[in-house]
Amino acid sequence: MTDTASESRDAPVLAPVLEISGLTKTFDDKVVLDGVSLTVARGQTVCLLGPSGSGKSTLLRCVNWLEKPDQGTVLLCGERIGMRPGGVVPMGNAELAKLRMRMGTVFQHFNLWPHLTVLQNIIEAPVHVQKRRREEVIAEAEALLENVGLADKRDAFPSRLSGGQKQRVGIARALAMKPELLLFDEPTSALDPELVGEVVAVMKSLSQAGSTMLVVTHEMGFARETADKVVLMDGGRVVEEGGPEEFFGNPRTERARQFLQRYVSA
Amino acid sequence: MIRDFSLIWQSADRLLDGLINTVLLSLVGAVLALALGALLAIPLMASNPVLRLVSRGFVDLMRCVPFLMLTYLVYYGLPRLGLRFDNWTAGLVAIVVYNTAYMAEIIRGIWSRLERETIEAAVAFGFHGWRLVSRIILPQIVLAAGPMIGNQLIQIIKDTAFLTIIAVPELTHAANSIQAQYFIPFATFITAVLLYWALCMLVEVGVYAVERIAEKRR
Ligand SMILES: Nc1ncnc2c1ncn2[C@@H]1O[C@H](COP(=O)(O)OP(=O)(O)OP(=O)(O)O)[C@@H](O)[C@H]1O
Ligand SMILES: [Mg+2]
Repeated sequence: MTDTASESRDAPVLAPVLEISGLTKTFDDKVVLDGVSLTVARGQTVCLLGPSGSGKSTLLRCVNWLEKPDQGTVLLCGERIGMRPGGVVPMGNAELAKLRMRMGTVFQHFNLWPHLTVLQNIIEAPVHVQKRRREEVIAEAEALLENVGLADKRDAFPSRLSGGQKQRVGIARALAMKPELLLFDEPTSALDPELVGEVVAVMKSLSQAGSTMLVVTHEMGFARETADKVVLMDGGRVVEEGGPEEFFGNPRTERARQFLQRYVSA
Repeated sequence: MIRDFSLIWQSADRLLDGLINTVLLSLVGAVLALALGALLAIPLMASNPVLRLVSRGFVDLMRCVPFLMLTYLVYYGLPRLGLRFDNWTAGLVAIVVYNTAYMAEIIRGIWSRLERETIEAAVAFGFHGWRLVSRIILPQIVLAAGPMIGNQLIQIIKDTAFLTIIAVPELTHAANSIQAQYFIPFATFITAVLLYWALCMLVEVGVYAVERIAEKRR
């Protein structure tokens, strides 16, 4: 736990924002998620590690129901995602949208909207999905751009930005939703090595400011320094989870040791 | 020569009528073809192989038939099957049927190259239904397809000239009848050519505007 002060302030201390339990997902006979359970408490940063193909992206996509899991439940602040209360009737698109707009997602390949400027990208969903007042959202967006160091790119189009800049816009776009939960899917994997730092710095400051974050990453440094909890997935299962010191210093499972040998020394 | 052009000037109302018909046929034809083409793009993109085969068959057929032949078929052929249109409507039907295939192919091409991820990102941010289409998908398609749709509109304007063959009173038809009355072929046809050119320039200006908007985003 890095920031005890903010935790004692946010009572109840460990109110879960995200609760995933028993999630399974099969793509034509291939079991991709095999009973995954995972909790992210308010203000926590949870780093999800695992080799390629272990199901990390699929897990994130199940959280906002871009992918429909076969079994299991996902709760956002206690509310079930994807299924109406009772768990039999699936939600319609409008109901799903209401839950989705409470999360912010940052994508590996940024996925900014190319026809909109940087500022327009950031205000698009708050104005047109959340229906918040435009002037208010613009003011917030400008402050966010300031925070990620891109105030001067306000009216540029995404195509004119570097990868690191695009990703910082991606983060600002997610933050503009005032999300209860931030989802990151390998936010630095598509960046040139020299651009990783600027994005990691923004994510660290978010984590320190008390954002609730679930981060899929291969940045072991970030996980070690920032995570409240590290979760290792392999073959669609959680194989180890624990605090970063314990996980990196003294992993309990053989699988975790192998993984760390490959990724940390590399 | 001055006398020739003053004769043209005296017949300006006929030329203007022809021009208006050409514009109407082109615009109404293009809008309908675009709308139907967008619909036809759906089976072209479908995962169902039968839908895809049938729609693809229609598109390929239209792309191999000369427009003049299709016009003959609609105006002279269809009455045999009990479908009888007046000249103007027959002309419009031919334009729409023919260009629906081209528009569908344009839209399918753009659609298949549209980045799925930007659409999925919008869904993850809570976009759905019409708002997803109108704010995220359509703007990207229009920006990418603008120049190609413009080219097709120019093609349509030129194709309307063929409709003189079934006596649709469009610009070429008007020019023909003026020249047949006064025997001033150069003055008549050069005037008609300049009018076609002016129409195309208008389309080009529109395309240029869309291209400028798209260029900034590439
Ligand atoms: N839509 C899909 N259809 C079929 N198989 C899929 C689909 N999406 C993912 N998979 C498969 O599921 C497995 C897990 O994929 P996933 O993308 O979740 O892994 P990951 O842990 O995110 O890997 P990476 O580190 O490479 O991003 C892979 O074997 C992948 O091929
Ligand atoms: Mg992945």
